[in-house]
Amino acid sequence: MVMTTTAAQIEGWLEAVKDPEIPVISIKELGILQSVDVDGDVVTVNIIPTYSGCPAMYAIKEDITAALAARQITNPNIKIHNAPAWTTDMISESGREKMHAYGIAPPVARGHAVACPLCHSKNTEVISQFGSTACKALYRCLDCAEPFDHFKCHAPIL
Amino acid sequence: MDAQHLYPYFLRLADTSMTMSQRLSEWCGHGPYLEEDVALTNVALDTMGHANLFYQLAVEVADDDVTVDDLAFLRDAHDYRNPLLTELPRGDFAYTMMKQYFVDVYALLLYRALTESCYQPLSDVAKKALIEVQYHHERSHEWLKRLCMSTEEAHQKMQKALDDLWFYTPELFETDAGIQALHEQGTAPDMSVIQSEWSSMVETHLAQCQLILPETGWVATGGLQGEHSEHLGYMLAEMQFLQRAYPGCEW
Repeated sequence: MVMTTTAAQIEGWLEAVKDPEIPVISIKELGILQSVDVDGDVVTVNIIPTYSGCPAMYAIKEDITAALAARQITNPNIKIHNAPAWTTDMISESGREKMHAYGIAPPVARGHAVACPLCHSKNTEVISQFGSTACKALYRCLDCAEPFDHFKCHAPIL
Repeated sequence: MDAQHLYPYFLRLADTSMTMSQRLSEWCGHGPYLEEDVALTNVALDTMGHANLFYQLAVEVADDDVTVDDLAFLRDAHDYRNPLLTELPRGDFAYTMMKQYFVDVYALLLYRALTESCYQPLSDVAKKALIEVQYHHERSHEWLKRLCMSTEEAHQKMQKALDDLWFYTPELFETDAGIQALHEQGTAPDMSVIQSEWSSMVETHLAQCQLILPETGWVATGGLQGEHSEHLGYMLAEMQFLQRAYPGCEW
């Protein structure tokens, strides 16, 4: 009997691939992993970059290849797509919770107050729109004085 | 779709982003303070990402077997299609932010229009780039206001930057027969419409900042034909050094 691997199984295995810059969140939770196709022996992994210039894409490709190699899947076809354009709405609820627990304030709709991940106060101020990476802004809590990263809302202004 | 016109158009878009990004990245380690240094280089990174996406579009329609790296690193100045504005030396912080503001408004309006392009790969790239450009525009507009409305010295420096750069801006909207043909096919927007939207937005903001538009100056032109200022050659000499010295070298 020939064992066949399903796309759903592979997607499950890829839960092990974390974002290189926020290593508690998987690429699936972040919305980078869009889908997996299985056609005979050929496995295609469809991913989208977060920001256009995101330097982590190369590391993510290597991590996907390594995770699949551990399951005896070699030479996967990893396709980087330009569409759909990634937005922070693609981050799953579990992704947001893990981000918060990691000390990064998850995205909020534009114009809404960002809560401090330490004391939960909404009395915070922006220090810089650009933080340690393009996807994060640097904030400071005015109540507990904690400086923290905020994962910026990334979506088109309609 | 007519690849003959698409190829130079994608180079125009890509080269504009590439030269902007390279000039911005020169601020790395020289920003006025740490957070601003990080912000400048993050904008440079996004903008290099846009150049990469536009070069990919060019590669897809190219006659020859070229790569994105070939286009960025192995073409000489006369093959670059960016407007002269984006190749100018970075100057001081006022000069950099004024130029950034001009180009951010241009990119905001152009990419928004390109999301409607009938050439799907271009529309996809525009949708992606637009989200990032919105942040860049918010930031450079904030800096414009902050610098113009702070000290007298800051205001003077911004006025000087405006005087030096103003007549480089019409070239952003220049077209040629190829771009006109793309507009007629629904691939590219009407640049005269983009220009009038740009002028009304920018002139309103500049007036709010109590800056005065210069009346006369040399109106830059030539980038679309590969005729550049002397600055581009020096920029490329630095930017392309590694690929020229070590052909095919990868990071």
